[in-house]
Amino acid sequence: MNAVDILFYFFATLSVGGGLLMIMSRHPVPAALFMIISLVSVAALFVLLEAFFLAILQVLVYAGAVMVLFLFIIMLLDVGPDGGKVSRIKVISGLAGCLSFGILVVLLLQFSGIGSAESGSWQEIQTTEQVNGDSLLFSTSLKNFGYGLFTKYMLPIQVAGFLLLAAMVGVIVLSKKSLTSGGTE
Amino acid sequence: METVTPQHFLVLSFLLFAVGFLGVVIRRNLLLVLMSLELMLNGVNVALVSFSRTSLNLDGSLFVFFIMTVAATEVAVGLALLVALYKKRQSVFSEDISLLKN
Repeated sequence: MNAVDILFYFFATLSVGGGLLMIMSRHPVPAALFMIISLVSVAALFVLLEAFFLAILQVLVYAGAVMVLFLFIIMLLDVGPDGGKVSRIKVISGLAGCLSFGILVVLLLQFSGIGSAESGSWQEIQTTEQVNGDSLLFSTSLKNFGYGLFTKYMLPIQVAGFLLLAAMVGVIVLSKKSLTSGGTE
Repeated sequence: METVTPQHFLVLSFLLFAVGFLGVVIRRNLLLVLMSLELMLNGVNVALVSFSRTSLNLDGSLFVFFIMTVAATEVAVGLALLVALYKKRQSVFSEDISLLKN
């Protein structure tokens, strides 16, 4: 058991445990803080997978921007603790859904060849080339990322930019409308 | 104990997804439901990156980039909807939003 294994099990436990504590905590502020723990551990797992850029992005976008937004909204709305008990039928149906999905995952790992010997090991990353025929090669460098984004995924990145613009306009309209509800319109 | 394989990452990704799904089902606070949705998206991201790393293909990682973009957008719009809802009904609990029920 080498250092990578220990790190994997540590951060895997931290991410799943943080998630579990998040869905179990009654008050939203501790829930948000547990969520940050979970997201940062997922970033560490990205580092273990040698996707360094995505790890940085995970910390900046999720643990930074998104969770700050969540905490700000919790402060703005002054949400109190979740009163009352969680209904039993919901817990049972949720567990049943998870269980059936788990069986699906196990069967997939068992019979699809993902768990076979040749695909069950890590190959070395070739850092010399960017493309091999039609496919982009995995690399730790940011250059390959940008190359992929602006060649093969040119249209999706434009659509993503438009989506961000649409979301910005939508949010402004939403917050304006709720201010002037019952107004002249 | 055996060394870490891609299957370990897939099992972890399933666990994250399952925890997020459980949160979406059992929580009644809509803020926590949104957070659980984020956790589900994170589970999917772990699976995509591990597949990308295993097959030495960058496409999976690029998709994670787009998933992050869409998730951030979704949170911004969702929270704006939540604030608008709170102004109208003074509550963020899902059982209080029952206008279409009955």
